[in-house]
Amino acid sequence: MAIWLTKDSKVIVQGMTGSEGSKHTRRMLRAGTNVVGGVNPRKAGQQVDFDGVSVPVFGSVAEAMSATDADVTVIFVPPQFTRDAVGEAIDAGIGLAVVITEGIPVHDTAAFWAHAVATGNRTRIIGPNCPGIASPGAANAGIIPADITGPGRIGLVSKSGTLTYQMMYELSDIGFSTCVGIGGDPVIGTTHIDALAAFEADPETDAIVMIGEIGGDAEERAAEFLEANVRKPVVAYIAGFTAPPGKTMGHAGAIISGSSGTAEAKKVALEAAGVRVGKTPSETARLMRDLMTHQPPGSS
Amino acid sequence: MDLYEYQGRELFARHGLPVLDGGVATTPEEARAIAERLGGRVVVKAQVKTGGRGKAGGVKLAEDAGEAQARAADILGMDIKGHTVGKVMLTVTADIAEEYYFSYLLDRANRTFLCIASVAGGMDIEQVAAETPDRVAKISIDANQGVDGSKAREIVAAARFPADVADQVEAIAVGLWQAFKAEDATLVEVNPLARTSDGTVLCLDAKVTLDGNADFRHPDHAGFEDTAAVDPLEQRATEKDLNYVKLDGSVGVIGNGAGLVMSTLDVVAYAGEEYGGVRPANFLDIGGGASASVMANGLEIVLSDPSVRSVFVNVFGGITACDEVANGIVHALELLAERGEEVTKPLVVRLDGNNAEEGRRILDGAGNPLIIRVDTMDGAARRAAELAAV
Repeated sequence: MAIWLTKDSKVIVQGMTGSEGSKHTRRMLRAGTNVVGGVNPRKAGQQVDFDGVSVPVFGSVAEAMSATDADVTVIFVPPQFTRDAVGEAIDAGIGLAVVITEGIPVHDTAAFWAHAVATGNRTRIIGPNCPGIASPGAANAGIIPADITGPGRIGLVSKSGTLTYQMMYELSDIGFSTCVGIGGDPVIGTTHIDALAAFEADPETDAIVMIGEIGGDAEERAAEFLEANVRKPVVAYIAGFTAPPGKTMGHAGAIISGSSGTAEAKKVALEAAGVRVGKTPSETARLMRDLMTHQPPGSS
Repeated sequence: MDLYEYQGRELFARHGLPVLDGGVATTPEEARAIAERLGGRVVVKAQVKTGGRGKAGGVKLAEDAGEAQARAADILGMDIKGHTVGKVMLTVTADIAEEYYFSYLLDRANRTFLCIASVAGGMDIEQVAAETPDRVAKISIDANQGVDGSKAREIVAAARFPADVADQVEAIAVGLWQAFKAEDATLVEVNPLARTSDGTVLCLDAKVTLDGNADFRHPDHAGFEDTAAVDPLEQRATEKDLNYVKLDGSVGVIGNGAGLVMSTLDVVAYAGEEYGGVRPANFLDIGGGASASVMANGLEIVLSDPSVRSVFVNVFGGITACDEVANGIVHALELLAERGEEVTKPLVVRLDGNNAEEGRRILDGAGNPLIIRVDTMDGAARRAAELAAV
């Protein structure tokens, strides 16, 4: 049954008629995702054909929800319109909003997050600047390639897109329940901790891979959470040991400020919490493989 | 983007915050002219984006314009922690009675903004917080409600500012928040916020960080960019829309996706330990697309770095198929040859993921002896480090 996204999820796409939106809507449909509509106020009432599947365009998230019972939205709108698009999704009360858009001003992200909190946190937000969420074999909300791995019993949560794909690929023979890319921005909705808690509670997940990178202290806080709350085996990987302080390494949030946010500090915190941390992605995959093959599920 | 103090001061002034009269100079003669305009005693301050410039001799008092010119001549060109001083700021002096601290910043952990205020200013606030935490007030700010008069009163009360400056500090708290929000800043820090002997509260320093993601609504922010201080390779990469950071090693790195590239740097550094400490020369993320022209631009930047001795191209084909990436690499080398920039350094290429087999076949078929195919990330890193060490 995976976490947050299942074969029963009904997905709409905000920005479906744009170039990225339409490209990935086609891919999501091909992966078996139940995409029930798109949102674009200027194209409301139209139908868009994706390889023979006709998807209706609605004028608003609320309209799309009342017409289709959609419970997930994937957002591809350009950065200057993202705050309003997420705000609309929150106001419509949709259960999950996956924000793919990269390059959103952090004041805008903080604003829609504060709005989500002020209105009672009815909408789970994943991202922004993330690849989305995939439950292999069931559904795919975002841009994670669907054909890397099949379903299995590993849960994956990661700040990075390509490292997510790399890890899915390395462990594709075992397979994944759900892979969540939480994004590399300084302010994000769903955190490592949220995903760890959900995987711990998910009966279809036996073990968890967590991928972090320099910047902030989300990994340190996740380590504290893991120690107190997670019984399932966890392995981790942290990127950015060689990153110099004060430089943004691609992701807006990947920056060492003074002495805080270093990869070393994150590794130390995770190891102190009993988590095995791989030196490279391949070694991390090996640690997980050892866990899955030598240790019967639930015996940790 | 971190601003220089003089830029922060200009930004504060634009938002009506109280700052000292002054100006910025790049030559001693300009400094003299500014000092003449200001009249009397002035402070000459090195403009560098690092702390500790006072201790390094980068802040001097001058009694008149002639002395200001001489002090500017001393400070311009000075090296402060690896930063060469290219500009000095001159301001009139203030008779300081008390020094406070005030800042707004992004609070990543709580996904909101934070005000930090203290009546113990003028020194390192982290040290004050560590030694006397009760003297540092931290107040969470709601992103949508911001700082109005009542929030400002809450801040002033929490930090226990003296009653006789409360009104002025409240006005600064509101004005500084407006500047913070209007300019899409992630940090505005005033240290010290000073009370002069006549009871006026002034922003005596200005540390500002702006959010580059918001540049689309701040065309004027481009004027803050100090192109002269940017690494020339980084500058060229920015012009080509590439995400590049210059590092100090000899293995050029190109990959797709920020996380994978960061990871590649680490794996190269580990592998390099076996070869006398070979390290990565740069971070370069060419993004998900990895087309031939983007790959060519990336290779051109990386190969023009004289410290690069080998290049590691590390691509995981996710959305982009590896055969397209392989064609991109082969075409990129042809493009570079056409531009008269024949490649002479070895390229270790690792392709994995979507259509990897086909991609590898294309690389082999190209018959270019400079392209060395290694199929695992760790193995490829080792080979690239080895080639850079020779």
